[in-house]
Amino acid sequence: MGWFVRRLAQSLVMLWVVVSLVFLSIHFVPGDPAELLLAQDGGSPDPLMVQMLREQLGLDRPLPEQYSHNVMGILRGDLGASMVDGSSVGQEVMRRLPRTLELIAAAGILSLLIGIPAGVLSALRPRGRFSRGAAVVAGTAQSVPVFVLGTLLVVLFAQVLGWLPAGGFVPFSRDPGKHLQLLVLPAATIAIGLSAIVFRITRASMLDVLPLDFIRTARAKGVPARRVIIRHALRNALMPVITVFALQLGGLLAGTVLVETVFNWPGLSGMLVAGVNARDYPVVTGVLVVVSAFYIGLNLLVDIIYGITDPRVRK
Amino acid sequence: MSRNRENMTVTQSAEHPLLQVQGLTVGFRRGGQWNDVVRDVGFSVSGGETLAIVGESGSGKSVTSMALMQLLPRDNSRISGQALFRGIDLLQLDERQMERIRGDRISMIFQEPMTSLNPVMTIGAQIAESILTHRRIGKAEARAEALAMMDRVRIPSAKSRYDDFPHQFSGGMRQRVMIAAALACQPDLLIADEPTTALDVTIQAQVLDLIKELQAESGMGVIFITHDMGVVAEVSDRTLVMYHGDVIESGTTEQIFRRPAKAYTSALLSAVPRLGSMTGNAVPTPYPVFDIASGKLREPGPRPNTLREGPPYLLQVSDLSKRFAIQSKLLKRTIARVHAVEGVSFTLRQGETLSIVGESGCGKSTTGKLITGLHDRDEGRVVLAGRELGAIPAVERAHDIQMIFQDPYASLNPRLRIGEAITEPLRIHGKASATEQREIAASLLTRVGLQPEMAGRYPHEFSGGQRQRICVARALVMKPKVIVADEAVSALDVTMKTQVVNLMMDLQQEMGLGFVFISHDMAVVERISHRIAVMYLGEIVEIGPRAAIFENPRHPYTRRLLGAVPVPDPARRHQRGAAVVTELRSPVRPPDYRRPVRRYLEISDDHFVLDSGEDWQ
Repeated sequence: MGWFVRRLAQSLVMLWVVVSLVFLSIHFVPGDPAELLLAQDGGSPDPLMVQMLREQLGLDRPLPEQYSHNVMGILRGDLGASMVDGSSVGQEVMRRLPRTLELIAAAGILSLLIGIPAGVLSALRPRGRFSRGAAVVAGTAQSVPVFVLGTLLVVLFAQVLGWLPAGGFVPFSRDPGKHLQLLVLPAATIAIGLSAIVFRITRASMLDVLPLDFIRTARAKGVPARRVIIRHALRNALMPVITVFALQLGGLLAGTVLVETVFNWPGLSGMLVAGVNARDYPVVTGVLVVVSAFYIGLNLLVDIIYGITDPRVRK
Repeated sequence: MSRNRENMTVTQSAEHPLLQVQGLTVGFRRGGQWNDVVRDVGFSVSGGETLAIVGESGSGKSVTSMALMQLLPRDNSRISGQALFRGIDLLQLDERQMERIRGDRISMIFQEPMTSLNPVMTIGAQIAESILTHRRIGKAEARAEALAMMDRVRIPSAKSRYDDFPHQFSGGMRQRVMIAAALACQPDLLIADEPTTALDVTIQAQVLDLIKELQAESGMGVIFITHDMGVVAEVSDRTLVMYHGDVIESGTTEQIFRRPAKAYTSALLSAVPRLGSMTGNAVPTPYPVFDIASGKLREPGPRPNTLREGPPYLLQVSDLSKRFAIQSKLLKRTIARVHAVEGVSFTLRQGETLSIVGESGCGKSTTGKLITGLHDRDEGRVVLAGRELGAIPAVERAHDIQMIFQDPYASLNPRLRIGEAITEPLRIHGKASATEQREIAASLLTRVGLQPEMAGRYPHEFSGGQRQRICVARALVMKPKVIVADEAVSALDVTMKTQVVNLMMDLQQEMGLGFVFISHDMAVVERISHRIAVMYLGEIVEIGPRAAIFENPRHPYTRRLLGAVPVPDPARRHQRGAAVVTELRSPVRPPDYRRPVRRYLEISDDHFVLDSGEDWQ
């Protein structure tokens, strides 16, 4: 229990560091947000307008005050308002976040379902035909960029075969069938690369575990082969898989930009890109903070899973 | 391969042995080539009987047992011959049928209790798993049976430890868990593959006792695989000697010990350390050398004493202490300390061998590292060849003291030719030209009994014994006055062990070296030492001349340690008293712990024993 509290405290400190870094990077990067905002049509903006906007956005206050305002806001769950249209950043993030998470979750589950069994099978006969074939497929899958892969899938499944829609989004509540149909291709696009990684780590980790003494012990007890592999070997081999998988998932939160763009999926990435393009700093801050919080939360979750699967971590 | 199906119908009777192996040959494929590593092995075991399979590493003893259990990888191993177990040929069974036999009718325990248990399963679950695999009973029943089994192997407070994980158990207790899991289904046959080799000697005695008791209760047959002739004499009725994949001799254990028929067996036996074999010898004496060609044992002639009495001392150590802090995770506060070495004092004279003995965790290796300066000491003084250790620059220290480590496989850089490895200190110190270095390497290799041409080879081309010779040569290159040998022969096969020990003694005679010989092996210690220090929980509990320690041990721990050493004499098999079931106590103390003032009683000249008071009552 003490272990968990310590880990939680660590996570909160990390979140605070991230918020501070985002704040600092925005305020120390050259260029005044207000000026940039008003200068969009080319010429130099009216200094008076800039001054007014700065006051309105609170940019004229001393930095420490802005910082504490910013941090306090985030602690209260208030991410501020968009500079462009004044809408609440928090609300917009909450509207889009579930869509991105859904995409990532679907892709993650899919990649585990493909990568782990493939990795285990491949480790059982590392020189077998399956193992060699799978290595080639995984290598290819990892080296094709997602936007190429996404486009290929669209051409194949939407245009040539006509099995699935090419892109777009329909809320689940309106049309569940259509919603899921639209989910398949973007999720598969992400899952293909991810499952190649899961496959490799699972294979390598199983190859490390299978020659260990306790596997021999289990076999000497007469435990059936399938159970030796799953209960004894895989459970020990999963630790590195969990770690790498979680790091990859965290990366995906911000990295689905291309996939969401290819498939017109209205998730967080679209919002982030729009925010950056429009110099809409509260939007950028808001998205980054939420993404980081998730990333940190995910790592916390991984550590908890560690604690459950490996008793030696708990102490 | 004989596929004698008629034998399937043979029924078990009193005359029929439990397991009868004939013509067992095992080959491995390496790079497309088949290579037989076990050839035409035959033996039998009956219920209630113990068969020992003895041999050095590479003799094929473990492969034999793995082949019987069909635990070798099927892809690149081939097994032929016949192994009738209760009339069924094990070698003809497929994996499914074999799974039903393994763990149920034939069980196995292994050498490494630290790695042979699944680290993420509770020990209770691992014992219950055997039962659940072979019996159709519920989880609750299996749990109850597993608990009963834990009681039978005498794991204290079984109920509260059922849900503990392996890392919470000591080595000896883990081996008990292994035995419990192996015997949970009351097998007819137990194959024990070096089950006590990784354990401390007092723990070994306990585990051997346990196996014998359980065998007496259940009447199972036991195949006991070991390299230790002492253990053989202790446990086995009959013995099979293997050498390079062949059975070279078999018979009752008494026959083998009394009248070995083969020269190799005699060599193996002559190499067996016998506690008490030095009684009456005033000075350390090399092992007799067995000449396989002539089949004769060459006793070493009388030896001059290498020890120079009195000062100057090579090493004066007083009140040496080392503690390792255990810190809390968050605030790095010291919450406890491991008192690894506490108030250790001793001296070493020229030409003297002082052995430091004790079980794992007693602080003997830490002591070695403190006097060589590999660890910084917390308290105490070390005076090395007349100078305070701290005042000697590291570069000069290398001329005074060198160290040899336990694992000759891990302590040589695999990418360095051995000539370079030996002379590396010279290069670091810029002492010799390339030509001189080659000459020095050549002469040192000759000195340790290898050929000078070998200097250009890499470590993997050498056997364990040869590598340890190379390590000795490396330690000698700076012409040190003191060599600290930390379990330097413990990982070697007996014949190699005796050779390296003899080599060390020769070098001592020639060069007047002082040895600090750190070991848990009492028999080797008896052979090599002038004086012995017994350590327990970081302290020296008894120190004195070899004869005094072995013939008149005064401290209860010294007595226990000596009493636990197996006697390589089958006639005295049942004479050793039952070992007390104990575990080493912990040297972890609270931060405010102060060591009580210690007093040493002088028993006789130079023989001191720690007055530990009621601790040992």
